[in-house]
Amino acid sequence: MFMLGPIGFTTPLLLLGLLALPILWLLLRAVPPAPIRRRFPGVALLLGLKDAEAETDKTPWWLLLLRMIAIAAAIIGFAGPVLNPDQRETASTGPLLILMDASWADARDWPRRLDRTTALLDEAARTGRPVALIRLTDAPTAPVFQAAGALSQTVAGVTPNPWTPDFAAWATALPPGDFASFWLSDGLDHPGRATLRDALQSRGQLTVFESPRPIIALRPAQFADGVIQLSATRLPATDNQTIEISARGLDPAGIERELARIPLTFAADDQNATTDLSLPPELRNRVSRFELAGIRSAAAVTLTDDSLKRRKVALISNTGEDEALQLLSPTHYLRQALDPVAELIDGSVSDIILANPDVIVLADVATLSPLESDQMLDWLDTGGLLLRFAGPRLAASDISRDAEDALLPVRLRAGGRNVGGAMSWGEPKFLAGFAEGSPFFGLQIPPDVTVSAQVLAQPDPDLAARTIAALADGTPLVTRKPVGQGQVVLFHVTANAEWSTLPLSGLFVQMLERLAVSTRPAAPDAADLAGQTWVPQVALDAFGRLNDAGEVAGVDGQTLATALSTTGPSAALPPGLYAGDDRRVALNVTRADTTLTPAAWPATITREGLDVQTEQALKGTALATALSLLLIDILAALALSGRLLGTMRNAAMIATALLLLNPHPSHAQIPDDLRAIEATSALRLGYVVTGDARVDDISRAGLAGLGQRLFERTTIEPESPLAVNLESDELLFFPFLYWPVTVDQPMPSAAAYAALNRYLRTGGMILFDTRDGDIAGAAQTPAARKLQLLAAPLDIPPLEILPEDHVLTRSFYLLQDFPGRHNHRDLWVEASPPDAELAEGMPFRNLNDGVTPVVIGGNDWAAAWALDARGAPMFPVGRGFAGDRQREIATRFGINLIMHVLTGNYKSDQVHVPALLERLGQ
Amino acid sequence: MTPQLAPDLRSRAEGLGAALPALLAQAEHLSATVILGEHGRRRAGMGDEFWQYRPASAGDSAGSVDWRRSARSDQHFVREREWQAAQTVALWVDPSRAMQFSGDPSRAPKTDRAHLLALALSVLLLRGGERVGLAGGDTRPRAGRAQILHLMQGLTTAAQNPTDYGSPDVAGLTSHGRAVFFSDFLGNPEDVETALGMASDRGVRGALVQILDPAEEEFPFDGRTIFESMGGSLRHETLRAGDLRTRYLDRLAERKAHIQSLARASGWHYLCHHTGQSAQSALLWLYAALERGR
Repeated sequence: MFMLGPIGFTTPLLLLGLLALPILWLLLRAVPPAPIRRRFPGVALLLGLKDAEAETDKTPWWLLLLRMIAIAAAIIGFAGPVLNPDQRETASTGPLLILMDASWADARDWPRRLDRTTALLDEAARTGRPVALIRLTDAPTAPVFQAAGALSQTVAGVTPNPWTPDFAAWATALPPGDFASFWLSDGLDHPGRATLRDALQSRGQLTVFESPRPIIALRPAQFADGVIQLSATRLPATDNQTIEISARGLDPAGIERELARIPLTFAADDQNATTDLSLPPELRNRVSRFELAGIRSAAAVTLTDDSLKRRKVALISNTGEDEALQLLSPTHYLRQALDPVAELIDGSVSDIILANPDVIVLADVATLSPLESDQMLDWLDTGGLLLRFAGPRLAASDISRDAEDALLPVRLRAGGRNVGGAMSWGEPKFLAGFAEGSPFFGLQIPPDVTVSAQVLAQPDPDLAARTIAALADGTPLVTRKPVGQGQVVLFHVTANAEWSTLPLSGLFVQMLERLAVSTRPAAPDAADLAGQTWVPQVALDAFGRLNDAGEVAGVDGQTLATALSTTGPSAALPPGLYAGDDRRVALNVTRADTTLTPAAWPATITREGLDVQTEQALKGTALATALSLLLIDILAALALSGRLLGTMRNAAMIATALLLLNPHPSHAQIPDDLRAIEATSALRLGYVVTGDARVDDISRAGLAGLGQRLFERTTIEPESPLAVNLESDELLFFPFLYWPVTVDQPMPSAAAYAALNRYLRTGGMILFDTRDGDIAGAAQTPAARKLQLLAAPLDIPPLEILPEDHVLTRSFYLLQDFPGRHNHRDLWVEASPPDAELAEGMPFRNLNDGVTPVVIGGNDWAAAWALDARGAPMFPVGRGFAGDRQREIATRFGINLIMHVLTGNYKSDQVHVPALLERLGQ
Repeated sequence: MTPQLAPDLRSRAEGLGAALPALLAQAEHLSATVILGEHGRRRAGMGDEFWQYRPASAGDSAGSVDWRRSARSDQHFVREREWQAAQTVALWVDPSRAMQFSGDPSRAPKTDRAHLLALALSVLLLRGGERVGLAGGDTRPRAGRAQILHLMQGLTTAAQNPTDYGSPDVAGLTSHGRAVFFSDFLGNPEDVETALGMASDRGVRGALVQILDPAEEEFPFDGRTIFESMGGSLRHETLRAGDLRTRYLDRLAERKAHIQSLARASGWHYLCHHTGQSAQSALLWLYAALERGR
């Protein structure tokens, strides 16, 4: 390979093309850029103008340089430059065997291992060495040496396995003949590594690659003393290090999420770390796995099986009023047996069922109230287990005598029986062996378990089928009956040691376990697993990902027990979750006693890190440079010929257009704050939106016109009116609302009516306008009827036709008519108090209180007030001078109205009487 | 290449004209062209409008005595009417190809603006009772709103056989009337000078409106370019158009100054109007210019 500094060239002859560059220089200089043709009338003024510089018809030097560099880059690129070409050229040329541990410990830096493998294969491909690649976690088969090129295509698909390699078996499966070996080790001392190492060394040179990255493994979670104990181990033990453990499981919605997270801190130079995680039982029962956050390895995940789960057991007994000794308490032994392995809850039946326990224990409880029975039956239907114990109360009660009680598995004889007591004739009875089919089958019966008293079952046809434990004489001791999806189990003896010694024995605990009242101890032993077939449900891959195990044959319990206790997972038994008959067992990569020991290599073996000085082909870079330079050349050529500016201008225009296209917030989206500021920064008149665009436009124009007149003639200077949507807008900002009534406007919602009533009560005024010129309120027109509908839910005081001395007649102008486009005299306002009297010599009554909350009429005022954009009236009013006069009076009414709204009954004060009398000409 | 007048040209022109009060062009000379119209001369004469009562003197015919007025006093009064006259305005819109230039696809060509201004002015003038016609065409000056249609027709016909650059046509000018020339005046300035001289000889005053595209004012070109006139008759090649800019602008300013000096020498008004600007401002200026001309 031709080398130029750190760069080698695969086809150096192409570099001769660089000699042609000077010729290109001359060629390029000769061709000026093409002209543009433009039609331009101003050419008449251009005639005779000479170009200042004659040399501009040549390509400028910098453009030439740009093009030369581009071509040079292309030539160099095609010459195939390679940075840091691998020059090691290892001495041996024989076959090469690449071994990868491919265990779970490799998963943390698997891509780098693949890179190293690829580098090895590339090197072998260049030197033409035959190569074989084996994963040591696979089953041993003699590998075949083949061309490196064929292997390198498949190497990307090689994945690690989540178990430990079987070195000893591989030592005997090596291919014949001498070969050099590269061993990508995971850094752990798996059993048999020395054997394989010796076997490889005997065949040829062995080189070992190891990664310096630490390995961290999470041990299975243990449950003890009410907390979950989590521990992890690492290699090598270096500085202080804190990692986070996340507990994952299904949330109540069935979606897997992180349920808890706890930091775990390794002390400096300490290989192990432990932490306790305390979770409420609801949460703890949901945890399905723990994993080290941010670490991709099967050892960073530990699956939890049933060992973390605790069942909720409710204990109910009738001990409330008894002052008995604690050892005589019906539930004392149950508590002792269940407390370490289950969550116990107490309370009344109704309360307990709300807590949805897995098991309810009734210790010598005879009768339940009908309501409690119903609740209990419903709960049983959904899969509950009701465990009942007999006792003096049950024996004394009449329950389940003649007809079988729904909550008892059998009918009971009155009285029960006593054996072996001082007053009885017989010996205490022993238990018979458990029959096959009984859940207790296989349990050893201690010889000291005796029964001295029990309740007796009536011999019914299905008694035998319901008996799951009996005394030596065949008397049923434990009976069971399915109810819905659940079951009822009756121990015919007491839960304390009064009637039998059963609660004192270990058998009692085992029987409770078999009944799934309590759960088993954390680690299942071989005896628990034996005799069942365990089917993998969830499989864990080397990267710590959970996969569905699919249709895989089950494994024997014995095998699983061995794997759990000593050997760990293997190819035949991958890590994951195995389901048996009634429980699930997690097989994790690590065990509780797992420790990590580093692999030991003799000093004679070359050890390398994973770092490779990778050779880097520069061909792509060079060609990309050439291409980008040519693109720049396009821009430069455009700029030279003056076409770039237009292009840029277009681009700018497009960008501006895009900016303008950004949706502006529509009016409805203006935040309430902005609207509030808009409505309150100045006086604004409001009109109610009817949904009829024409009417709304007239309302807006009418109020704008009125505002204009107010501005001209009074000190009221309103801003432009605002549309008010009753449903969404705040009304309290507006002193005055104009509400044109249309027949088809929607009824406001209840909330809108509440806001309207609040508005009216706090001093707002609404001008209802039926716009039909008819007597509003007489309900003779559709609009008037609609008005009645609209106003019915409103809190409107009694109304009267506007009296002649109402303050509206003199709040600014002296008026007696209130026309709009129509001229009807009747206008309805709040009725004056009945006791108001006209005083002698006064032109009006003494009415000092209140502003009328509503004014109702039908004169279509907005149309009379409305001005168009040029300030001209929008609609004709009347005819000729009389029409103009009517419009003027309409405007005056509007001014009076707004004055009345804003000044209240100020003009009603008698102080103004002299002035008013003077104006009235009296 | 027949330019199509935009179908909405008339409505747009009327809209533009609607915003101004009726334009009453002043007649400078009362002599030969006097035609009874609506222009009060602020002196007694022939017309419809009442001017004043004056005491009858010797020589007044008995028929001219206003008996109703005279009956209220002991004297005889003659009722005099105001002397009214209408003005004749001739418009010339450059029909050349050069006027069809537009520097930007979003801008209308110069012709469009010239037609719009001419018609808007016509609307104003006709509303004021003036008589408006086209110089150099068959459209004789007439009054009345129907004349608008004739003017449009005339503008369309004039644009039938365009040359590259236009020169003002003084064929239809009425003596002592008014004239407005719309053009870019990029052609031979001597033609303009000749036309102005002939118009001045006939006592015609008026306005020159030079309509230019913003591209012609800015010269936003660069690089190797071949410039051609709109008809292709003129051609200029440059290798670096950007270098020509200052010299081109100098020449354009020189041309504008030349046209302006021509206008001033013969008592005409001159306006340089760009198609990038509002047409309203130009119309206002024309309104004022025709007022000023008295």
